[in-house]
Amino acid sequence: MSGPTRREVFLMTGAAMVPASAVAQETPRRGGILTVHFATEQRILNPSLQASTGVYIVGGKIQEPLVDIDGAGNPTPVLAESWESTPDGRAITFKLRQGVTWHDGRPFTSADVQFTAMEMWKKILNYGTALQQFLTAVDTPDAHTAIFRYERPMPLGLLLRALPDLGYVSPKHIYEGTDIRQNPANTAPIGTGPFKFLQYERGQHIIAERNPNYWRNGMPYLDRVVWRVVTDRAAAAAQMEAGQILFSPYSSLALADLTRLSRDPRFAVTTRGNEGNARTNTIEFNFRRPELADIRVRKAIAHAINIPFFIENFLGTYAKPGTGPIPSVSTDYYTPGSPQYGFDRALANRLLDEAGHRRGAGGVRFSLRLSPAPWGEDISLFATFIQQSLGEVGIRVEIVRLDAAGFLRTVYNDHNFDLASGWHQYRNDPAVSTTVWYRSGSPQGAPWTNQFGWTDAAIDRVIDDAATEVDPAKRRALYGEFVTRVQNELPVWMPIEQIFLSVFNRRMRNAGNTPRWASSSWHDTWLAP
Amino acid sequence: MKLLALAARRLAASLPALLLILIGLFLLLQLAPGDTVDALMAQMGGGDAAIAADLRRFYGLDLSVTARLGAYLWRLVTLDLGFSAIYGKPVASVILERLPATLLLMMSALFFAFSFGMALGVVAARRVNQWPDTLISTLGLIFYATPSFWFGLMAIVVFSVYLQWLPAGGFGDVAMGYTGWAAIWDTATYLVLPVLTLALIFLAIALRIMRASMLEVQGMDFVRTARAKGLSETRIVARHVLRNALLPMVTLIGLQAGTMLGGSVVVESVFTLPGLGRLAYESVVQRDLNTLLGIVFVSALLVIAVNFVVDLLYARLDPRIAG
Repeated sequence: MSGPTRREVFLMTGAAMVPASAVAQETPRRGGILTVHFATEQRILNPSLQASTGVYIVGGKIQEPLVDIDGAGNPTPVLAESWESTPDGRAITFKLRQGVTWHDGRPFTSADVQFTAMEMWKKILNYGTALQQFLTAVDTPDAHTAIFRYERPMPLGLLLRALPDLGYVSPKHIYEGTDIRQNPANTAPIGTGPFKFLQYERGQHIIAERNPNYWRNGMPYLDRVVWRVVTDRAAAAAQMEAGQILFSPYSSLALADLTRLSRDPRFAVTTRGNEGNARTNTIEFNFRRPELADIRVRKAIAHAINIPFFIENFLGTYAKPGTGPIPSVSTDYYTPGSPQYGFDRALANRLLDEAGHRRGAGGVRFSLRLSPAPWGEDISLFATFIQQSLGEVGIRVEIVRLDAAGFLRTVYNDHNFDLASGWHQYRNDPAVSTTVWYRSGSPQGAPWTNQFGWTDAAIDRVIDDAATEVDPAKRRALYGEFVTRVQNELPVWMPIEQIFLSVFNRRMRNAGNTPRWASSSWHDTWLAP
Repeated sequence: MKLLALAARRLAASLPALLLILIGLFLLLQLAPGDTVDALMAQMGGGDAAIAADLRRFYGLDLSVTARLGAYLWRLVTLDLGFSAIYGKPVASVILERLPATLLLMMSALFFAFSFGMALGVVAARRVNQWPDTLISTLGLIFYATPSFWFGLMAIVVFSVYLQWLPAGGFGDVAMGYTGWAAIWDTATYLVLPVLTLALIFLAIALRIMRASMLEVQGMDFVRTARAKGLSETRIVARHVLRNALLPMVTLIGLQAGTMLGGSVVVESVFTLPGLGRLAYESVVQRDLNTLLGIVFVSALLVIAVNFVVDLLYARLDPRIAG
């Protein structure tokens, strides 16, 4: 490819929002209140119990993980100061930070890590239960050493990439001996982070204030963080313009408002700070429909949809064509050169003819029901685009719209769909939430897993081998093999890559400077006057 | 004493309807695909099937529909509204937190809509077919035809974003921590736009009803008698016409108190007010049956109460009705 892509141009403009020289010269200013858009209210705020962006945006400032990701995308110490693995990958030792206290004054020790890992990550935390399924024990030889013992080898790279999201620590003394799911600290979290929980008014706001005993000296700079619950997207955009909200994370505004705000000099609309939160748009095929179990039909559907046209006209600079389940932001595991399906309507028609689906009355070959997931304007637009594109090659598509609970139940439990379209979230390592889309044997009702009726012994073996392969080079090769095979078989097509968008008020400094900034602790963030 | 007996009789008459509504809603929600655990899974961004099964046990969803309905109705007898799945606390306290904002919004909007609607209706009727009537009637038509979400957003754009006179949304300034009169003034500034938005459509209806009923009463015999007695026009309107023309208006208040509770979902969302409308919407999306049934229960009680007051007003306005 010659010249920079749209995404690169976009990222460059994002990076240019605050000139690097200006940042270097400016001295951080203490004080101020950062107001944040909170679009979907959560049942709990404790990130040791629920792994989702809606929890990190609040809980991630109050509680801290063992490890985070730095600006260059590498694991960086937070509550763990260092780590090492035995060569067989069965014991991983974390040296914990000393002199850290919980917000209630008790010291943070290895017992907290042990309790959180065994009782929360392994038993309750979504994605944590799968990641830690072979964790047998956490040994605590002293107050600042935690040794994770695994029944099967745990690749250190996988654990370190998963822990920023799945490694938040909760206080043992608050949770021990209680019903963890009902503990009041779930909505009034107690952590070690730069901000202390103060107040949660349901439907209105959450307030956290500066932790004066924070272990990073002199931090945080902000006095308070206030999350305002605004469910109406147009209203949220208006509140940003009125200055009532300074930061809107995770693409929570309408596409039209994002375009408008990006032209306003007061705001920066950018993917910066979300590079660790990539997602791909999916087309999921139900193999229980005989037509879709035929590889020629799946390929024909892919060839019938003009992805670059759709992106150019509907998503603009905020998306780019995807090449498979592992998005290009994943520098470690992205595999270029896998089989691709460019727009070719003649080829699509030929494939459908070959598959024996002749055009009948009105030029229709057969009909399919398409269920778009209800999150994201882009999914809804994409569904309409798929409907029209497939109509051109003689496949009549009926769009079945459902709300969140209805979508999950209908698609992933009842399997009552032909095509489904939604998002796949890539969480920094394919083993966290990507390979489950392809691994067979996932129990019925587990959302965002292979519920398509597709089984492939070879892919299952590659996935299992990669999940326990401790040699990074071999792991990378296995994921290369994985991508090539699923792109050939196409049980799920992931043709669009997106990164969440943030809208920053330009008064914000040190904002978006790490790949998971929106989820991170904001200890060094400050506000210019 | 007579009043209390009347109130008790009213409540008793409404109970069967209330029970039917609650049972109907319970069964209706069983037809919606997915349960509160599916909604939670969607919010979490995924989780394995063992977690889901565990959560279903936690929320009591592993029991049969009849068992859950029976348990719910039995708890209702003891005035226990149950436990909210989304909020993790008793439904009664969740609703109690939201009630002030809803009541404040509803009462202010009703008051505004009917006082201004009445005044404008009277003016229009007295100047019928002259320019004030045409102006008022046209304005009424515009208010009536404008969807409230659009009106709300436009009000935000004009008054909050451009003029910066009023806050764009919320229910009081959380950062400043006002107390006393300052807090009341602060809340009032946050309420201006949502109250106007909610009230305008009702104002339009009220002024049309008022105008029509004024015109009707003006042509009646007793008004001609009053004129023949030589009473001043103002006195005729105030003492004779207005009082009789108010009856349909009072009926309207009773009817619209209910509508306004539901209609405020849009206004609450646009202005991010923590009211019952948004809570109800959220409960449907999250399949939080207990909370939704609790809201229906409380709303029904509110509507019953308003209609009771309306009945009392009838009797006051027209002594022939009291009986």
